[in-house]
Amino acid sequence: MGLSDKDVQHIAKLARLEVSDGQIADYVEKLTQILDMVDALKEVDTTEVLPLAHPLHMSQRLRADEPTEKNQRDLFQANAEDVKQGLYTVPRVIE
Amino acid sequence: MNWETVIGLEIHTQLATQSKIFSGERTTYGAEPNTQACLVDLGYPGVLPVLNSEAVAMAVKFGLAIGATIERRSVFARKNYFYPDLPKGYQISQYELPIVSRGSVVIQLDDGGQKRVGITRAHLEEDAGKSLHETFKDQTGIDLNRAGTPLLEIVSEPELSSAAEAATYMRKIHQLVRYLGISDGNMQEGSFRCDANISVRPSGDTELGTRAELKNLNSFRYVEKAIEFEIERQIDVLEDGGKVVQETRLYDSDKDETRPMRSKEEANDYRYFPDPDLLPLEIDEALLDSIKESMPELPSEIEERFAKDYGLNPVDIQILTASSEDAKFFEASAEGLDGNYELAANWNKGELRAALNREGVTISDSPVSPADLNNLLQRISDGTISGKTAKEVFEAMWAGEGDADQIIETRGLQQISDVVALDKVVQQVVADNPEQAGQYRGGKQKLLGFFVGQVMQATGGKANPAEVNKLLRARLDADEN
Repeated sequence: MGLSDKDVQHIAKLARLEVSDGQIADYVEKLTQILDMVDALKEVDTTEVLPLAHPLHMSQRLRADEPTEKNQRDLFQANAEDVKQGLYTVPRVIE
Repeated sequence: MNWETVIGLEIHTQLATQSKIFSGERTTYGAEPNTQACLVDLGYPGVLPVLNSEAVAMAVKFGLAIGATIERRSVFARKNYFYPDLPKGYQISQYELPIVSRGSVVIQLDDGGQKRVGITRAHLEEDAGKSLHETFKDQTGIDLNRAGTPLLEIVSEPELSSAAEAATYMRKIHQLVRYLGISDGNMQEGSFRCDANISVRPSGDTELGTRAELKNLNSFRYVEKAIEFEIERQIDVLEDGGKVVQETRLYDSDKDETRPMRSKEEANDYRYFPDPDLLPLEIDEALLDSIKESMPELPSEIEERFAKDYGLNPVDIQILTASSEDAKFFEASAEGLDGNYELAANWNKGELRAALNREGVTISDSPVSPADLNNLLQRISDGTISGKTAKEVFEAMWAGEGDADQIIETRGLQQISDVVALDKVVQQVVADNPEQAGQYRGGKQKLLGFFVGQVMQATGGKANPAEVNKLLRARLDADEN
């Protein structure tokens, strides 16, 4: 399965990665190799096999519905680049 | 050309848990920004989500209430997109294997008919934070208190065929989640919101037209108005020879119009995959049985019971069962009024609701309790006071002057039902008005009203009207000559 330059640009955009024009050919080749490997796996007959959601043969443990956290806003916001009036602030984004 | 509309709704309802869906953080509304956002909600590296059992139980309750399949095994998936109020870069949701699938609800149509609306699925997911664009001039403020709040997304089949039907369906789901106690349904606070997928096609066509998605409709009225506008818009585009573009649109309630929101190239490329941090959710027989046992009486069951036990008509039933608080209030106020349930129904939907609306109070905060109202209705029923006097007593109860019996006592409002005492008054009134009595006997039956008025005046309005009528007729007919 071959990827196009456009595919790579689209994936890069979705992942918010900057890929220069010079790098595209390299990514096309390497990503195509990965997809080819996945295609090879498709040769195995899996009609009787259920899709695997998780490698562990266990089900989800559940938590009681009880608040256990304390307010640590100041501690967490010490890591933030910019905070105003208790809000994390970022460059303006608007639809 | 005649056009046909096809609408499907996605309703997001916040589940009324104490803590978030994947963390032990509180979900209280209105807290100071970011004081209810822990490491898991903030998407810090190395943290792991742990699923809230109550959120699971609430989703199952909803599934049972709509007669759906409760999937014994469901899977959480990551929905990937970037936005500042989504710290992890993905929302944990359910995709291929939701917890609830294939249910339905019945809605009442305006023409008196009913319609069964299919519900494709309902799945658990986490809410995102809030972006505040108006607080700062060149920045967006992010409040992550809401991030990780449990949501149940309820997806209908594309089976709704008008804006009014869509609003009715939305009300039905709203009523249901509130009866089940799984959501407060508060639309101002965003606990209950809706996206609508709308398309039109020539009448009779079987293939669906291209749809537009309307986002974040947060009131019943806006849902109806936004859908109406969008239907008109799409028909105009098609009739002008154009094509409807598949896109997300926002409803602007100030201008009453919809407009495109996101650019097409970014549309819906969410790259879902199973979340490796969460194991498949399994619901065993024991858990399912315990949830079944905790199910409250459903609106449809209560409606049936109100018709059977109280003999109420469908219109009254709709009003009196709008919420479980309404239904409980009615039942408590009607207790012991055998054969006179209509009186209770009339007072509940009349005086009580008028007072609640006038004062802007919810039924749960009514200063007149169901027991108070029952007390008042008993006094009407046993003839202690007339319906007219009861309104005065009700207002006094509302103002906090005590219960009905106390107010009747202190204000001296008991009806005079004592036949001997009343008859004396009647006799006097007839004697004092010989001219009118003569006219009445001469055939002017309408004058009975005049005499009733005179008796009422003489008794300060406290005479039992039914008794007065009976006594007056007897007296006027007997003294004929």
